[in-house]
Amino acid sequence: MKCSKCSSKAVFPGYCKEHYIEYFENKVKDTIEKYDLISKEDKCVIAVSGGKDSIAVMYLVNKFFGNVSALSIDEGIADYRASTLVDLKKFCTEHNIPLVIKSFKKEFGMHLDEMVKKTSFKPCHVCGVLRRYLLNKHSKDFDKIITGHNLDDESQAILVNLFRGNPELMARLGPSTGLRKMKQFTQRVKPLYFLTEKEVMAYVILMGWQVGFTECNYSGISYRSSVRDLLNEYEMNHVGTKANVVDHFISMLPSLKTKFASNGEPSLCKCGEPAKSEMCKTCELLLQIK
Amino acid sequence: MKVFIEKDKKEIDFSFSGSALDLLSQLDVNKETVLVIRNSELITLDEKLVDSDTVKILSVVSGG
Repeated sequence: MKCSKCSSKAVFPGYCKEHYIEYFENKVKDTIEKYDLISKEDKCVIAVSGGKDSIAVMYLVNKFFGNVSALSIDEGIADYRASTLVDLKKFCTEHNIPLVIKSFKKEFGMHLDEMVKKTSFKPCHVCGVLRRYLLNKHSKDFDKIITGHNLDDESQAILVNLFRGNPELMARLGPSTGLRKMKQFTQRVKPLYFLTEKEVMAYVILMGWQVGFTECNYSGISYRSSVRDLLNEYEMNHVGTKANVVDHFISMLPSLKTKFASNGEPSLCKCGEPAKSEMCKTCELLLQIK
Repeated sequence: MKVFIEKDKKEIDFSFSGSALDLLSQLDVNKETVLVIRNSELITLDEKLVDSDTVKILSVVSGG
């Protein structure tokens, strides 16, 4: 297969190495511009795990805008997070990006591995609630939280919320999250929104970055993983399925956001973070776990 | 041909002739979930493989 832009050999369908990198970076730039995700004045913190997506988005936002910081959450999952943090620290040092790591152990007194033994909630639920809490809590000095969510992540999240009949959570998705801007929440934005996992991985390989494959011990038992497998089966047999899910969702998103935007301002939990009721989800969860 | 399947941390050595896509099909790997590296270079799935190649099948699925 040849590159569609020149006569060189393709390394990814339609592109040689040079033109693939150009295509990928332009797509990220276009997404940022089209959805007004980041402006030059924004102070940005990148939510990073050390995986391919967060490494790619951190590199590109730093390349386009400069002056970014990185924030990582160590959940305390044995044989998983420690190895991704090694890759992450190395990358941040090489690219001169300041990195802050916050852990469940220091913030909540327990590793995730300990928490899941004390609750009937699924590990991914506990992890998701607590991670989002820490990201918001430690990004108060920033205008935007940049995440590495890609087209696969988003198409999965759309279907998960559709299958579970949760339109309000679905309305919070999109290239920039949330129903509307609220001062209590630092806005989260997703510059890799229209790129597949496969495309992100190809970019990381072609850039020569070492990002090893690691799998969370709990990922196999999550609801999302079954939706991920389903989408990959559909994509194999019906090319464009994931993009169709996301494109159609984007066309419905303005009306979804409008429908749920009138829900009241969040109150403040005693911990200082926003809450829908008197207590935030994290404090409720910790009360049950402890 | 030596094939390393990253997700399973498994290396297999067998005689094979065909495209990278044929290889994935023979190994029952969904092409949407992997990239194929031949002799340290990323390749498209129409590339023909020969016995002297060393192939890595890298998982693109997020681990989290």
